[in-house]
Amino acid sequence: MYKIVRKHVFNPTETLLEIEAPAVAKKAQPGQFIILRVDENGERIPLTVGGYDREKGTVTIIFQIVGASTFKLNQLEVGDCLHDFVGPLGRPTELTGEKVCVVGGGLGTAIAYPIAKAFHDEGKDVTAIAGFRNKDLIILHDEFSAASTKYIEMTDDGSNGNKGNVVVPLEKLLSEGTKFDKVICIGPVIMMKFVTECCKKYGVPECVCSMNPIMIDGTGMCGCCRLTVGGETKFACVDGPDFDAYKVDFDEAMQRGTMYKAFEKKAYEEAKCNLFKKEAK
Amino acid sequence: MYKEYKPNMAPKKNPMPSQDPKVRAHNFKEVAEGYTAEMAIDEAKRCLGCPTKPCVAHCPVNINIPDFIHEVALGNFEKAYEIISESSSLPAVCGRVCPQETQCEMKCTRGLGPNKEPVAIGRLERFVADWHNANFKGEVKKPVSNGHKVAVIGSGPSGLTCAGDLAKKGYEVTVFEALHLAGGVLVYGIPEFRLPKSIVQKEVDGLKALGVKVETNMVIGRVITIDELLKEYHFEAVFIGSGAGLPRFLGIPGENLKGVYSANEYLTRTNLMKAYREDSDTPIEHAKNVAVVGGGNVAMDAARCALRLGAEHVYIVYRRSLEELPARKEEVEHAMEEGVDFQLLNNPVELIGDKETGLVSKMKVEKMTLGEPDASGRRRPVGTGEFREIEVDCVIDAIGTTPNPLIKHTTEGLETNPHGCIITKGESGLTSRDHVYAGGDAVTGAATVILAMGAGKHAAKAIDEEIMGKK
Repeated sequence: MYKIVRKHVFNPTETLLEIEAPAVAKKAQPGQFIILRVDENGERIPLTVGGYDREKGTVTIIFQIVGASTFKLNQLEVGDCLHDFVGPLGRPTELTGEKVCVVGGGLGTAIAYPIAKAFHDEGKDVTAIAGFRNKDLIILHDEFSAASTKYIEMTDDGSNGNKGNVVVPLEKLLSEGTKFDKVICIGPVIMMKFVTECCKKYGVPECVCSMNPIMIDGTGMCGCCRLTVGGETKFACVDGPDFDAYKVDFDEAMQRGTMYKAFEKKAYEEAKCNLFKKEAK
Repeated sequence: MYKEYKPNMAPKKNPMPSQDPKVRAHNFKEVAEGYTAEMAIDEAKRCLGCPTKPCVAHCPVNINIPDFIHEVALGNFEKAYEIISESSSLPAVCGRVCPQETQCEMKCTRGLGPNKEPVAIGRLERFVADWHNANFKGEVKKPVSNGHKVAVIGSGPSGLTCAGDLAKKGYEVTVFEALHLAGGVLVYGIPEFRLPKSIVQKEVDGLKALGVKVETNMVIGRVITIDELLKEYHFEAVFIGSGAGLPRFLGIPGENLKGVYSANEYLTRTNLMKAYREDSDTPIEHAKNVAVVGGGNVAMDAARCALRLGAEHVYIVYRRSLEELPARKEEVEHAMEEGVDFQLLNNPVELIGDKETGLVSKMKVEKMTLGEPDASGRRRPVGTGEFREIEVDCVIDAIGTTPNPLIKHTTEGLETNPHGCIITKGESGLTSRDHVYAGGDAVTGAATVILAMGAGKHAAKAIDEEIMGKK
């Protein structure tokens, strides 16, 4: 069993859990992911590694409550155990490039952080750009500030004083002549699509995106996480999750991501309703 | 001929009691219900006990078939089980999913000649295993440890067999499974109605009783590498039974539309994740018109799952004719009885989707005809240039799988062929790496449960010889 040793609630929809999983902690690297199941009938939920402590033998995950399974996950407290926790899966992010820009949107910032930190720890010049809907949803502010040479924080509604999405400051930097060896983007598919278009426009030599499609086993078995990269079918779980963003078919990825939207919504409502019934008893 | 009783000279097998096709097409309960003791004894008496034992020679694990059947005829079911157990670790599984018609039963003396059927060896094996599981009250004796450690990667048929054989010899065996449940293809692939998961669980529990450790959620190659197993964890030998889990796709336009699945995904959602049950959190699409592409056992499984998930129309789309269908005859018959619509000599060329929703809505197929035999010896399908469209809202590709490359990528010096199959030396299963053995689909590419078991068995023997030889 995999015990929860720390829980931090960022806001009503985003939570951090630190989990005892020594074998995973020993091998995890930035950009890789894990799969967990809350209970015996649970879905296999893939989540990108948010951090790890090899000495303590713990792995940190940050998740957003989007459906029944993440709702159930959020009900767990310190001392509770997860039924299953497997990883690290996927290929780690390649830490090449001297001057890089790491762009995270929403929950993607949780994944972007260990990548920014890894580059920063290697002594690379890191510009970090993080975007949130509003200032109440900002997470990892201090962490990002410490893990970057330059940190820019944006909000969609401008409530933190910096209005706009992540592409705005990226475009500004690039148009002013900033040269990045590489831009890495992690977040909603639509955001990654626009970051990629911006990089293409300014001729950034390398643009990498971290894909998080629907998947089941995470070991290359089901093919559910397939996406088109440069005209070829690739599996995010074994070939990725990082891909050459210039070659990814984002529109197809966006559409495939909506496969179970209706089911998710219904299951989420039911899960909330069940909890309410339980509390009412 | 046996002295104790007169042989039963009925030309045909005792029929297998089965759920009515109309009823079973809507539930996940087991289709074949199994012989009663009376039926089993009656069927067992059909065996003449020929001295040449052609059945044994055609069993990949060489079960002493006439002897166990003789015990069944005498009503000594536990004794029969002991005889099977000498050769097979998974009798309840094999009795259900082995292609007996091309193995033991193929050469049975009783099946020779027109309108004659062989002894129902598979059904008897299943009866014996089920009888044991339901009635055996004794304790399994845990073998005395010989102090040698062996690691087995993958808990499918080859891994479980290898682990079982080594454990019986006193080895300390640890099985590493990537998924959250042990059983490999027996739990994620083969559906409940053909192989109830409780049976697989019993077999796994049986191994645990022998002292086998099963560690789930362990993706070897990522969490621990093979080199670490040997050096840091001090396993003296490693057996790779990681299967052929990587799905193939057709490579036609529209394959990444929503509603298009690999059979692996469709079956995993249904079987392993139990998406058919109300209490499962895993979603699956409940489509109306489902087209399954392919003609193997996996295609039949997917088609029959789709029916049970409520589809109104399920097609098998296959580019050759009925004669070339690679699935077991029994599976094809079951699928037909349940109402699966076989669209033979049809080759999918394109999947067309709804622009707005991105959901697959039509499958364009080309009518095929059969030409000269190809490399596989089967007549090659040739396009006629005649096309039509089938209305679908779900497509399942069941056109084969290839070995998972994860272990190859993370194990230096492990040689594979161009198809990604691990290269081994003869029957021993020894790979290009010292102390590392492999067997099952990881070596052969997608094949049968019993062949994988045979490979696990041979490797266990070779591992034992290597380790004992060192002393």
